Amino acid sequence: MTSLPAQASPKKLGLVIDLDICVGCHACAVACKEWNTGGGAGPLTDLMPYGAEPDGVWFNRIHAFELGEGEDGRTVYFPKSCLHCDDAPCVTVCPTGASFKREADGIVLVDEDLCIGCKLCSWACPYGAREYDDDAGVMRKCTLCVDRIYNETLDPADRVPACVSCCPVSARHFGDLADPASDVSAMVAERGGYDLMPELGCRPVNQYLPPQARRAAGAETCAASASETAPPDAGSKFLRWLDQMLSR
Amino acid sequence: MSKVEAAAAHPPGDRVACTTCYMCACRCGIKVHLKDGGIRYIEGNRDHPVNRGVLCAKGAAGIMQQYSPARLTKPLRRVGPRGSGEFREIEWDDALATATEWLDAIRRSDPRKLAFFTGRDQSQALTGWWASQFGTPNYAAHGGFCSVNMAAAGLYTVGGSFWEFGEPDWDHTRYFLLFGVAEDHDSNPIKIGLGKLRRRGVKIVSINPVRTGYSAIADEWLGIRPGTDGLLVFALIHELLRLERVDLAFLARYTDASWLVIRNPGKADDGLFARDAEGRALAWDTRRDAAVDAQAPDIAPRLAGEVMLPDGRRAVPALHLLAERCLDAQYAPDAVASRCGIAAETIRRIARELAAAAFEQEIALDIPWTDSAGRRHAKMIGRPVSMHAMRGISAHSNGFHTCRAIHVLQMLLGAIDTPGSWRYKSPYPRPVTPAMKPAGHAHQVAPGHAMSGPPLGFPLAPEDLLVDRDGAPRRIDKAFSWDAPLGLHGLMHMVIRNAWAGDPYPIDTLFLYMANMSWNSAMDPAETTHMLSDKVPSGDYKIPRIIYSDAFYSEMVAYADLVLPDTTYLERWDCISLLDRPIGSAEGPGDAIRQPVVQPDRDVRPFQDVLIDLGARLGLPGLVTAAGKPRYRDYADYIIRHERKPGIGLLAGWRGAAGEHVGIGAPNPLQLERYVANGCFWTHHLPADQLYFKYANRAYLENATHMGFLERARPIVLQIYPEVLQKFRLAALGHGSVQPPDHHRARIATYFDPLPIWYMPFEEAAIDRDAFPLHAVTQRPMPIYHSWGSQNAWLRQIYNQNRLYVHRRKAASLGLGDDDWVWVVSAHHRVKCQIRLVDGVNPDTVWTWNAIAKRAGAWNIAPDAPEARRAFLLNPVISELLPPGEREHHANADPVTGQAAWYDLRIRLEPASAGAVDDTAQRAPLRVPSSLPPAPLRLRYGAPFAPGERAP
Repeated sequence: MTSLPAQASPKKLGLVIDLDICVGCHACAVACKEWNTGGGAGPLTDLMPYGAEPDGVWFNRIHAFELGEGEDGRTVYFPKSCLHCDDAPCVTVCPTGASFKREADGIVLVDEDLCIGCKLCSWACPYGAREYDDDAGVMRKCTLCVDRIYNETLDPADRVPACVSCCPVSARHFGDLADPASDVSAMVAERGGYDLMPELGCRPVNQYLPPQARRAAGAETCAASASETAPPDAGSKFLRWLDQMLSR
Repeated sequence: MSKVEAAAAHPPGDRVACTTCYMCACRCGIKVHLKDGGIRYIEGNRDHPVNRGVLCAKGAAGIMQQYSPARLTKPLRRVGPRGSGEFREIEWDDALATATEWLDAIRRSDPRKLAFFTGRDQSQALTGWWASQFGTPNYAAHGGFCSVNMAAAGLYTVGGSFWEFGEPDWDHTRYFLLFGVAEDHDSNPIKIGLGKLRRRGVKIVSINPVRTGYSAIADEWLGIRPGTDGLLVFALIHELLRLERVDLAFLARYTDASWLVIRNPGKADDGLFARDAEGRALAWDTRRDAAVDAQAPDIAPRLAGEVMLPDGRRAVPALHLLAERCLDAQYAPDAVASRCGIAAETIRRIARELAAAAFEQEIALDIPWTDSAGRRHAKMIGRPVSMHAMRGISAHSNGFHTCRAIHVLQMLLGAIDTPGSWRYKSPYPRPVTPAMKPAGHAHQVAPGHAMSGPPLGFPLAPEDLLVDRDGAPRRIDKAFSWDAPLGLHGLMHMVIRNAWAGDPYPIDTLFLYMANMSWNSAMDPAETTHMLSDKVPSGDYKIPRIIYSDAFYSEMVAYADLVLPDTTYLERWDCISLLDRPIGSAEGPGDAIRQPVVQPDRDVRPFQDVLIDLGARLGLPGLVTAAGKPRYRDYADYIIRHERKPGIGLLAGWRGAAGEHVGIGAPNPLQLERYVANGCFWTHHLPADQLYFKYANRAYLENATHMGFLERARPIVLQIYPEVLQKFRLAALGHGSVQPPDHHRARIATYFDPLPIWYMPFEEAAIDRDAFPLHAVTQRPMPIYHSWGSQNAWLRQIYNQNRLYVHRRKAASLGLGDDDWVWVVSAHHRVKCQIRLVDGVNPDTVWTWNAIAKRAGAWNIAPDAPEARRAFLLNPVISELLPPGEREHHANADPVTGQAAWYDLRIRLEPASAGAVDDTAQRAPLRVPSSLPPAPLRLRYGAPFAPGERAP
């Protein structure tokens, strides 16, 4: 079995995902796939890609839900990838040390040279965030684009995970959640960011910002009452109003 | 250190090339990272004005488009019957010689016998011009089944339109209404904008039968009944007028509200504007108590009340007519609520919210500007209400008028091109209406000659219609005829039927590009494939010849006699031209190019190069020199050197011998190099004082004239009451030299109302509504752009089957449960599919994703793939023609523009046995041409790129 770092990492790099503005477009999922399949964590193998049951490795998948009904009903899109937990059960369950959590920044990775494909980690992960590559016989997962965020050959602005860089609505943010002064920490504080399934005790680093209350009947408007229906002479009244001196 | 950690020390690729995406229609800028000649990854270009660095799922999946096993590899000549998929590979010389032989014979006898339709073509500046050079009026792209209602309504009302020629002022708006927008059109720009609005706390109201995607993040979702958006807008206008919450100053100054409309029932001038001797529209000046030039700057015009003109005729201001119509009790919120499925109280509240945002939260930008009358304004005052509308408005038979009603609502709020409102994308606005008329009259078409104008244009009067003396259509698709007088984008959806029926005349060759007309772009694919393969008694096909160009083995390829394989978008030069639909924004004009970033590994050629080559072989006037030699080397050469008018070419940036001019200037031999160096796009940023009120902003109008966008720097007056429509109506009422045949008169008189109207969609009006109680609509999933996207190895893992979404309560009332199989039965046909129960849909509406289903065997996808067994199209139950009744034999289309009305569909659900999807078109699998490679069983894309791996 593999140990987590003895001390909390000074940094907790992770994602903040804003469920208030995610439109479920899958841009993050595909950008992740294309960056990573040709990167250090790849390939993200696809089996029978043109067949009856196409099946591939994806580090990030989007789920759609309906919550509530009628007036209270809403549709929510929920992107899900590895949450880089502080108490990562996928690491402690690993028999070879292939799954590990980095001391410096808390990123959870798989060293594929050590992975024996036993799948214990995917059973241990309560979020279902691990992806087994049947072809290579190794476990794969979100790396937080460790080969982008530390890649000094890239423009500094590009040193963020691919899913963050591409997101058309800017629903995804990357930063250090251990630093209370970081933008992501501020967002979490302001918007009530939350742990996914905190009762499981994994202490995920990634945070979700909940959908905000909708303003169907906006406070900015005066209330209209049903009694204000048009009087029978609304037309002539308006035309009289219209027939006023109006200079350009 | 693990492999992925070690990879951080290496550059991801060895080269980056910018170009323009074509995974959908949005024209985003992309950076393609290459390694060892392969595509390492594609990302958005941060500097690009359309997507500003972001990229959607489609764009990121471009890699799998590039390496799709469905890519055609060589020209093909059909050897088996049409539809058999039996082809013989031929050489390009043979293919081009064959096409030349066929087309040359047509051109020498009757050029109209070539019907050239180009689908989702982004090179219409070339293809439309090529059709003119060939001499055929039978040309259009796919706009007739996409959004011509939006384009026509906008261009004839405000000189711009939603989406292509306009955008909300995302940074300043304080209230946003989104009408009928499916999850595309556009993709990244709307998403970027919606993200901004939610972060700024701006209220978003989505009016849409379906609560997904953009509607899911709206503050308020109004699950409207399809086809009733116009009624809702009428009710909003009714409320605003009743509450006297309209911007009269804006209306008087920038619109035709004060223009006097003649009241002379039964006479030839009834309903036209009163004009002076110089043809200028008149208004009644209350100071002088006289009719004066309506555009004079110093008048106090009447906006209501009848006046008597000096010649004794009576007239009323246009706004008076609008107010009379909209204040009618039939448009009161209570009167429309149940038909729209939206509570009257909600409609009243939205009207008040609109007024509150427009008039109580007005925006004042400290930007002095001068209007076209010379008045100096210290600030730019904005009405921060913006709107956007798209397919859900457009694809109904009442879509033209509904879109006009939305633009009128914007005008009443003073919310057009002001800070915070909807804005024009430069180079719009154009004059209402543009001067360019469609060519194709008898005197313009002659054997061996080019046409003297473009095949598509803007009719301003019945005389501009392309009809014969007896009123018969002159175009094969009947655009610009009494069937579809303002068919600005053509009616591609009617071409195959009309060519098959020889109505209005037989053609010889159907030449299609990038349009899957036998499948997801056809209404009723089974009927369409029958028409494509139907024969006359002699054994010849009814449509004698079909030439098709596509990059992939789409469902349409199997029906072609000659297949010209196209490249992918990453393998060619291309041009997003100001002469077509450019990438301009409200901040300024722009255009873009594509450059080849990878070389084709197959014997394929860019379609645009092929067209240039074919044109030269045919000796088309613009494509050969005086000596008869090819004038252009290829499309790239054409982009650089072709001039539409002196100084105006396909690209507006870096013109002039040294690239010193913008807009107008001599060709620059190094123009493409300049584009490439700038990321493959050009933009021109307008100075601050030209950013708003472009229709009446003196500096903007003068600048636009200098740049060649406008002929003259005259103000563009927004039209509540487009007089053009009344001219058609007067013809129907028996006036003028060009009148409709009798069977069209009532139709034209009704639907060419110069004020917005609402009427029940035609199919709904014609059928037994109790027998077909439900509306059925489709939308495109965000990650997929019709069939080109749904064949993509990555995207098809996201969606490869679709359900019919049914409201939970409705399903219960029908005795249906989740996962049940049903027949979707329309008045036309039926299709079998599986349902999924949901809450977020109008209860009288069912919906599904479109363009996921594939015909078994097409696209080199396994015939037993879910796309063929568990995915379905709604197309089979949509008819091209209206059901039997008074409008029988008319296209199932908007009567003004000919827009295909595929959202008008009404259906019922009948229980079915479990099993596979069933529709007639799916019963015969296509054969995969032997020239295509076997589809891989496993993809390890990118493995060789990993640091430490060797190149493939």
